[in-house]
Amino acid sequence: MSNAHSHDHAADHGSVKSYGIGFLLSVILTVIPFWMVMSGKFSSHDTLIGIVGFAVVQILVHLKYFLHLNFSEEGRLNSLTFLFTALIIVMIIGLSVWIIFSADALMMR
Amino acid sequence: MASNANLVHGAHAHDEHEHHDSGPSTVLGFWIYLMTDCILFASAFAAYAVLFGNVNGGVSGKDIFELKYVLVETFALLFSSITYGFAMISAHKGNKSAVLGWLAVTFLFGATFIGMELNEFHHLIAEGHGPQTSAFLSSFFALVGLHGLHVTAGLVWMAVMMTEVVKTGLTSRSLTRLNCLSLFWHFLDIVWICVFTVVYLKGAM
Repeated sequence: MSNAHSHDHAADHGSVKSYGIGFLLSVILTVIPFWMVMSGKFSSHDTLIGIVGFAVVQILVHLKYFLHLNFSEEGRLNSLTFLFTALIIVMIIGLSVWIIFSADALMMR
Repeated sequence: MASNANLVHGAHAHDEHEHHDSGPSTVLGFWIYLMTDCILFASAFAAYAVLFGNVNGGVSGKDIFELKYVLVETFALLFSSITYGFAMISAHKGNKSAVLGWLAVTFLFGATFIGMELNEFHHLIAEGHGPQTSAFLSSFFALVGLHGLHVTAGLVWMAVMMTEVVKTGLTSRSLTRLNCLSLFWHFLDIVWICVFTVVYLKGAM
């Protein structure tokens, strides 16, 4: 009974183990992109794809292990709010940047 | 009589309901604030993305960014994230002194990060690469400074929470507040991932 309770808590607020996993993954996902840029062994195209890819994965790791976003009944509202915000950011920020860069390119400086 | 009892019962049930509900809804409300903060940061990133090439004949990211220094800053924030996690685990266990200890460690890592960032800004300005030099440096100081201001606010909040826990102990109110600060702190770490990727790593490529 008390075990089940503490398990519930662990699922909600994280445990030493889940924080440890999140931390280890974050360290790996931080060191690799820094190494990619600092070593200069990769073409700039590969490096760019690499650092953006590792950043996206690390953000997902943080959302899961540190912010405890999930789709359980209590957590669903937070996750949906986050997804909505991501949509807004893509629409307002992403598309604005696209428009501005296109306008800049069309100026033919 | 019966209606009176009902009333009392109703009021009690209502009370209990409110008591039960206020924590989660406060945390959800704070989360929604963080999402609007997300949009603020995204706008600063957009400004940086548009302006970072306009160096006005001055330095570009490649000339001024020192990745080893940024890596140490990143690790200070990462360590502060896991130590805050340990503070939350201790808080849910009701271990007051462990909460205070982990919060103090987290505070030190956060202060290390801010100290290093201020040192970097100081060096840049002293070498004549202040925010007024070029559009690139203006947007750089605005974006990185905005994150730094948030971390500073987090540090002030953390100091306040430590005082509250010392004075009132781990009440359900202080647990809710610690939960909100937890979201704030980990959220800033996510923003920093974007900063070191978009600003420092891409700039130094």
